[in-house]
Amino acid sequence: MKIAVTSTGKAVESAIDPRFGRAPFILIVDDDCNLIEAIDNSTNVNAFRGAGIQAAKTIADRKVDMLLTGRCGPNAFTALGAAGIKVGIEQSGTIREAIERVKKNEVSFADKPNAEAHW
Amino acid sequence: MIVAVASGKGGTGKTTVATSLALVLETRSQILDCDVEEPNCHILLKPTILATDTVNLPVPSVDLEKCTLCGKCGEVCQFSAIVPIGKTVIAFPELCHGCGACSMLCPEEAIHEVPRSLGVVETGMAGSVEFVQGRIRIGEAMAPPLIRAVKTRIDSDKLAILDAPPGASCPVITTVKGADFVIMVTEPTPFGLNDLVIAVEAIQGLGIPMGVVINRSDIGDSAVKDFCHNKGLPLLMEVPHHRKIAEGYAKGAPLIESMPEYAHKFRKLTDDISMIIGTPSKGSSL
Ligand code: SF4
Ligand code: SF4
Repeated sequence: MKIAVTSTGKAVESAIDPRFGRAPFILIVDDDCNLIEAIDNSTNVNAFRGAGIQAAKTIADRKVDMLLTGRCGPNAFTALGAAGIKVGIEQSGTIREAIERVKKNEVSFADKPNAEAHW
Repeated sequence: MIVAVASGKGGTGKTTVATSLALVLETRSQILDCDVEEPNCHILLKPTILATDTVNLPVPSVDLEKCTLCGKCGEVCQFSAIVPIGKTVIAFPELCHGCGACSMLCPEEAIHEVPRSLGVVETGMAGSVEFVQGRIRIGEAMAPPLIRAVKTRIDSDKLAILDAPPGASCPVITTVKGADFVIMVTEPTPFGLNDLVIAVEAIQGLGIPMGVVINRSDIGDSAVKDFCHNKGLPLLMEVPHHRKIAEGYAKGAPLIESMPEYAHKFRKLTDDISMIIGTPSKGSSL
């Protein structure tokens, strides 16, 4: 399984960034928290609008199965749903800690967005 | 001549200035309320609405049977309003600006456009003044295309007065673009100055000449005047705080009705603006 996590840095020991569209990095890891790719999300951070939608496309293009983040707005949520990506929300701590929680089934998956749209 | 009346924040008296200008010029003027979220010129002018036209924006609808997921539509859209993702393409109509690029570029002709209603443009008469206003659909956020629809009604043979939305954002720029002159209405307070500075910075990039009207000019301090002086912005008119103006406003009466002595000041204002931009006045000297 491929898991995307919004991150403040490039390593699995980095802290999670709670913002989906505007996190500086998105890390792609496997079930055992081996880093597959650290995506530099900075162009998206500066995007005028639709940052969440573009971030959803970025991870969907990499065939990710699950996203772990803090908050997810309505448009990004729709896009992630269309790509069949499960959204684990309200995550904090490090990337590694979040993956541990997935293993222990402690992550709650969103059935609706938990943030406002950015205009 | 097209004159936009703008202000950095709401409640400065922008609508009072716009409606007074229109009323003193009578048949030679046309007022277009571009504050589509909260049009309020009608409160002072009490127009008779003669026509209501719906304004639609063409937004994409994708036929997934024809789509090959080539990705072109998503690449061309600057607004993330259409996104090929996973095994599908999704459109976000509320983000779409209706530019038509995606449907034009789709190699499979899988995209056709469907109308999305943004609001209405109403036209009518307020006495001898031609009246136009945009009114956005409740919950709609896409103001600029509706403002452009309002502006298609501009009659260039008249003095077209555009009442801009307050602030300095995209709808304001959409309104003032193409105007010959912008009147900035402000108050001589730190708040007024702060918002004036932001609005002037936003508008000056368009290269349109500007001037300032100070409302309630006898309150506050001289910082707004100093700013105008330093920026080379002409101070067009000062309207002191006056009980009769406030009482008239509270009753929904235009300024020049509650203070008829202001009529000649507003006629002079149009002459001054004509002088600044160097075109013959359609105002009092006609
Ligand atoms: S451009 Fe046309 S064919 Fe290509 S992904 Fe978009 S809708 Fe599909
Ligand atoms: S019409 Fe323009 S703004 Fe709308 S989805 Fe297509 S490319 Fe994007």
